[in-house]
Amino acid sequence: MSAISINKEHLKLILEDAKTSSESIVKETVLAANEDNTHMQMIVEKAAEKTQKSAKSQPSAMQIKITDFFKAVIPPVFGILMFLGIWTLLSHQQPILPGPISTWHSAVELFSHPFHQNSLDDQGIGWNILSSLQRVAFGFGLAALVGIPLGFMIGRYEFMSSMTAPVISILRPVSPLAWLPLGLLVMGAAGPAAIWVIFISSIWPMVINTAVGVSKVPQDYMNVAKVLNLSEWKIITKISFPYVLPYMMTGVRLSIGIAWLVIVAAEMLNGGAGIGFWLWDEYNASNYEHIIIAIFVVGIIGLLLELGLSMLAKRFAYE
Amino acid sequence: MNPILNEATTPALSNNTAKVTERYVHIEDVGMQFVTKKGTFEALKNINLSITQGEFVSIIGHSGCGKSTVLNLIAGLLQPTTGNLFCAGREIAAPGPERAVVFQNHSLLPWLSCYENVYLAVERVFGSESKVQQEARAYAALELVGLSHAVEKRPNEISGGMKQRVGIARALAMEPKVLLLDEPFGALDALTRAGLQDELMRIMQKSGATAVMVTHDVDEAVLLSDKIVMMTNGPSAGIGEILEVDLPYPRKRLELAENVQYNHLRSEVLKFLYERHAKKVA
Repeated sequence: MSAISINKEHLKLILEDAKTSSESIVKETVLAANEDNTHMQMIVEKAAEKTQKSAKSQPSAMQIKITDFFKAVIPPVFGILMFLGIWTLLSHQQPILPGPISTWHSAVELFSHPFHQNSLDDQGIGWNILSSLQRVAFGFGLAALVGIPLGFMIGRYEFMSSMTAPVISILRPVSPLAWLPLGLLVMGAAGPAAIWVIFISSIWPMVINTAVGVSKVPQDYMNVAKVLNLSEWKIITKISFPYVLPYMMTGVRLSIGIAWLVIVAAEMLNGGAGIGFWLWDEYNASNYEHIIIAIFVVGIIGLLLELGLSMLAKRFAYE
Repeated sequence: MNPILNEATTPALSNNTAKVTERYVHIEDVGMQFVTKKGTFEALKNINLSITQGEFVSIIGHSGCGKSTVLNLIAGLLQPTTGNLFCAGREIAAPGPERAVVFQNHSLLPWLSCYENVYLAVERVFGSESKVQQEARAYAALELVGLSHAVEKRPNEISGGMKQRVGIARALAMEPKVLLLDEPFGALDALTRAGLQDELMRIMQKSGATAVMVTHDVDEAVLLSDKIVMMTNGPSAGIGEILEVDLPYPRKRLELAENVQYNHLRSEVLKFLYERHAKKVA
């Protein structure tokens, strides 16, 4: 009996310390205390543990958050600093290569009026970026318009797959720029030729990924379609298309990546306007800081395109 | 309850009046061969089976004996190498909504809600009706399987048992002449399975549809069926025996556990599977 009274005192202490969340547990243990002594002791210990934990857990959660934050932030910051360090070192070795600081000053000046327009050859960087994006949008849009339906047909019908396989296998590995002279020859103008190059080099991932997706639609789903006797249109809209969407989005992402890779090279050779042309033009004008700025601009825009499409792809994922 | 099983007491069917209802699903000399890389594989040989309208027939056998193949043949998903299959007097040439299938892995489309999955079937069969009527059908089917509360959920948001309920609702919504069930509860835990079996029994009693179910569960077969088709082992599998189950409806799982006739039937199936046609352990 004495044990019970001691434990009851212990309980009272805990009750005083206990936060609202653990109160009910302790109340239960009080009730239990009158019934069973040994069992009660166990419960009391557990309740005590719980109150201790809840008291401790808040600062520790905070600590975890802080360490998580540093774990996420420190490595990238370290990486960037190292990159800048190597860059600075190299620019000291080769004085013709602009260092990070002079590039930064040049960038600030450049981006202070991105949309100025003095002549066709002297436009702000904003205009150049926009005209590049426009070209990519045209070329890539055309490629999607042709490539996705083509991929659907290749995936759905074996005849189409066997028919197109040899042609695709030969054309796909061709370097994007190999198509440029052909474009210039047929289109007769630089603008359409650049779009043509983007079209032909960015179409393949969309064709192939879409086709793979369609051919992978599980037999179970196709059996459902057969048993329900669905029309070809319903099969495409309700089964193939939703199933293929994630595959297709992967294709689209790869294609946009390629299109953006190709645009710089195509514009360098073509002239006119655009970030690739601008890069070459600045080289000829000996504005070496601008070359590096152009590289960063291309990289950052490519990254943004990729991120945007990844987010879009996530919205379409069904699982 | 009937204490003694007497095979002779099966009620004689009036064979003149309605040949079609008696041979509602009719399988005639069906053989099935698959062409594989290693040569032709004969899965089924000399299958003859007649199913009366309103009957619940189970097909039982060891795995690989071709019982699912029989079901797929009735569904029209496969075409027999030899022989013919008929449903309601017509030759089965292709899958059709009058023979709805409940698939083992439910085969719901994951990007559609439960309701939309069922509606897809309703739309195809009852497309001539008004949209309101079609919607009512889809809701009614989901209500029948007790899923009114989960109509807007996606398949990945509900449990395995619920998914299978949607699969059954989708099949029933088509008001099929024959319901084909391919190991419908095979992937479920024992408790969920028992619950769904009772539910299926209730639904089948209500609708009076003809049903063919493939199973490897002896209790399930005896509990649900009017007739159990026991298949021999493949290759070249055939029908070994057909067991009539004349237990009265409604059947109660607990009462049957002590029913002499039930246990006799159960041991008949077990003897067939594990004595006469035991499968060698691979």
